[in-house]
Amino acid sequence: MDKILIEHLFLNYSDGTESLRDINLGIPAYAITVLFGPAGGGKSTLLRTINRLNDLADVTAVSGRVMLADQAGAVVDVLDHHLDVIALRRRVGMVFARPIVLPLSIRGNLTYSLEVAGERDKTRLEAAVERSLTQAALWDEVKDRLDDPAVALSGGQQQRLCLARSLVLEPEVILLDEPTSGLDPISTTKVEATLQELKKRYTIVLVPHSVQQAARTADYAAFFLQGELVEFSPGKTIFTAPRDKRTEDYVEGRFG
Amino acid sequence: MSPKVKRNFKTKPIITRNLVQLLGFGALSGITLLTMFLIFLLVGVIIVRGASAITFDFIFGYPSNGMKAGGIWPAIVGTIYLILGSAIFSVPLGIGASIYLSEYAPDNRLTQIIRIAIITLAGIPSVVYGLFGLGLFVLYMNMGTSILAGSLTLAIMNLPVIISTTEEAMRSVPQAFRVVSISLGATHWQTIRRIILPQALPGMITGVILGLERAAGETAPILFTAAAFYLPRLPHSPFDQTMALPYHLYVISTQVPGMPQEIQYGTAFVLLVLVLGMNLAATVIRSRARARRQW
Amino acid sequence: METTLDWKETLITRMIRIAGYSAIIFVALIFIYLMREGLPALGEVPLSNLLSSRWYPIENYFGMLPLIGGTLLVTIGASLIAVPVGILTAVYIAEIAPQWAREILKPFVEILAGIPSVVLGFFGILILAPDLRRVLDLPTGLTAFAGALLLAVTSLPTIVSISEDALYAVPKSFRDAAVALGVTRWQTIWYVTVPAARTGILTACMLGIGRTVGETMAVLMVTGNAAILPKGLGDLFAPVRTMTATIAAEMGEVATGSVHYHVLFLIGIVLFVITLVVNLAAASVIFRQRKRAERILS
Repeated sequence: MDKILIEHLFLNYSDGTESLRDINLGIPAYAITVLFGPAGGGKSTLLRTINRLNDLADVTAVSGRVMLADQAGAVVDVLDHHLDVIALRRRVGMVFARPIVLPLSIRGNLTYSLEVAGERDKTRLEAAVERSLTQAALWDEVKDRLDDPAVALSGGQQQRLCLARSLVLEPEVILLDEPTSGLDPISTTKVEATLQELKKRYTIVLVPHSVQQAARTADYAAFFLQGELVEFSPGKTIFTAPRDKRTEDYVEGRFG
Repeated sequence: MSPKVKRNFKTKPIITRNLVQLLGFGALSGITLLTMFLIFLLVGVIIVRGASAITFDFIFGYPSNGMKAGGIWPAIVGTIYLILGSAIFSVPLGIGASIYLSEYAPDNRLTQIIRIAIITLAGIPSVVYGLFGLGLFVLYMNMGTSILAGSLTLAIMNLPVIISTTEEAMRSVPQAFRVVSISLGATHWQTIRRIILPQALPGMITGVILGLERAAGETAPILFTAAAFYLPRLPHSPFDQTMALPYHLYVISTQVPGMPQEIQYGTAFVLLVLVLGMNLAATVIRSRARARRQW
Repeated sequence: METTLDWKETLITRMIRIAGYSAIIFVALIFIYLMREGLPALGEVPLSNLLSSRWYPIENYFGMLPLIGGTLLVTIGASLIAVPVGILTAVYIAEIAPQWAREILKPFVEILAGIPSVVLGFFGILILAPDLRRVLDLPTGLTAFAGALLLAVTSLPTIVSISEDALYAVPKSFRDAAVALGVTRWQTIWYVTVPAARTGILTACMLGIGRTVGETMAVLMVTGNAAILPKGLGDLFAPVRTMTATIAAEMGEVATGSVHYHVLFLIGIVLFVITLVVNLAAASVIFRQRKRAERILS
């Protein structure tokens, strides 16, 4: 079953540059779907369309549909003007390329999304903190210093904190935009392993920072080139036997 | 990027150039230090001569003998009333306006006009504010010469300082925090209230102190709107006139024959210490906050 | 979960928006009230009177020229001191002073900016003017020169701070390029850095001059308050009266609604316009420079 169904998505920036052209893509549930390709391909833009973070940017013309399905099978169009965007962002979490921790304590970072949603019960907040840190494989490292400022953590820990932060509201989808681009190889491996665990319960859409990471993690992969979706195939086949010549050229390293 | 170099430098021998540099540096440092020293002297004279007049009775006592003796407590209280009075109006308005400019204002002609208006307000001479306060608050709105009229006039005068300092403090909070907060499902205002304002707080406090410092030290705006020289008792309501330190200093140094110099220096001392103290506090808050930033 | 937040948030957002527009409202109010009380003067007093060189309100002489002349004289005198000293001091602090000295000087200048005008005037009356009278052998020390000195102190912090910022903003690459050409630091400062910062320094001077024009108490207390048209820079050592001092001194004694009252407001309008022009010119210089910088960097 497709968790997210994108139909005929076009998107332009306010200065006229085209970002996405006629994207048709189905993102399967409970799997890691990787969006890869050279810079400027529109991958990050697509991610930010899914959680309507593009509303903050200079985006003008958007057309098409982005359908998000829930557990019961009911769908909403993410691009609908009347949509409750706040509720949407609680269903779709995001991790950014640089670990952006809020200027709060570790606990504060994690409880932030619950608090703005109105949650005040301390037990539920504490439970959410422990649960999300455990899922992000960070609990043992920080459980004794939850009140320390989040900036005191190392880069790799901060990024895993951001991952935990995105899990607190138990979203349905997690979007990750080059989450390991600044991290050392050990932290990168930890994050990738965590994603493999998380995909059992969440739908994951990942923009990798290298083709190798894409090959390691992808259950499904979509190749983007200059705003167009060139190919969408299972991860096992797209890197070894791509259908489109352009995909093959990129995977082989002939351009990039 | 290459700078526009005007002449061929290498024609002068190295020794001359270095000598010129030595003399030049010396001259500049001399000018700077001399200027700073003279101003330091100015402040120092007042402080030294004024300090001798400062006794408990001077600060907390009432004037007597036609102002030629006794204390200046009513003037101090009056200045505090004016500071607080102007703060009541200018702080919410100034912070609100800076939140608007930093977080909500679109990049269009209207916003540009607002900024021009703020620059205009910043440049208006203090005596013109006094005229305005007289025309609108004292006369047209019938408040009479009162703390209220003076506070309102001072509030509008303080506004540009508060707005520009606060806005800068808010703008310096990294944009990334806003993006993250929104992606976690917060509304625009929740982001402002929970992240931006707390992080910008030291800058806001600095701005407010600097704005109120003008309320403490300016004479012209309160000349026709609030101040009186001799009042038999402390003001009871916002519609009363009040004594105030800057006005008091002005009158006792220009219009009272036979005024003992000690009292004049003492009054100047109190005013100077108050204003410079506020300035110092603002500077300290600003630099401590810069050191403690979490980004 | 957030419906209760919704109406509170809308209300707060609306109030913030109103606060944002308030600056425009206040400027408009000030403009309107100055005009309301000042324009009638143009109807009550013939222009030839207003532009004459006699200011003697008791006998209905409302010649503004001596006042404008007084402001001009004091402003020019103050700027002749403050601009060179200010720029040189800024250059010293920004380019030459060692870090430890900078840490002391910068806050010192900022604290200086806070000295109230009335305290300066007080210093002027009690110490400066008598000393000037003694040293320069003048009939009185209460002259334009005394006012110019004090006003230089008022505008100095503005000129120094803003010029300093402008000098800091000059990219390091400029200085490095000059050093690579074998040029001394002194020459770098004067042939490269200062010219690169010249718009910012110009802005600083304009803003400083704007402050000088608008100064009230120090000049009121120290320039002698003789409304005589100064005939040249030589009159620097004679008493004069500025526009600001006139308003401050006479407003308390006029009857509301009288001709004198309207003329004082008219002087206020003149001051408003002068400072408006100076500050907007300075601001437009900054805007234009910022646009140019954005174009270069993008």
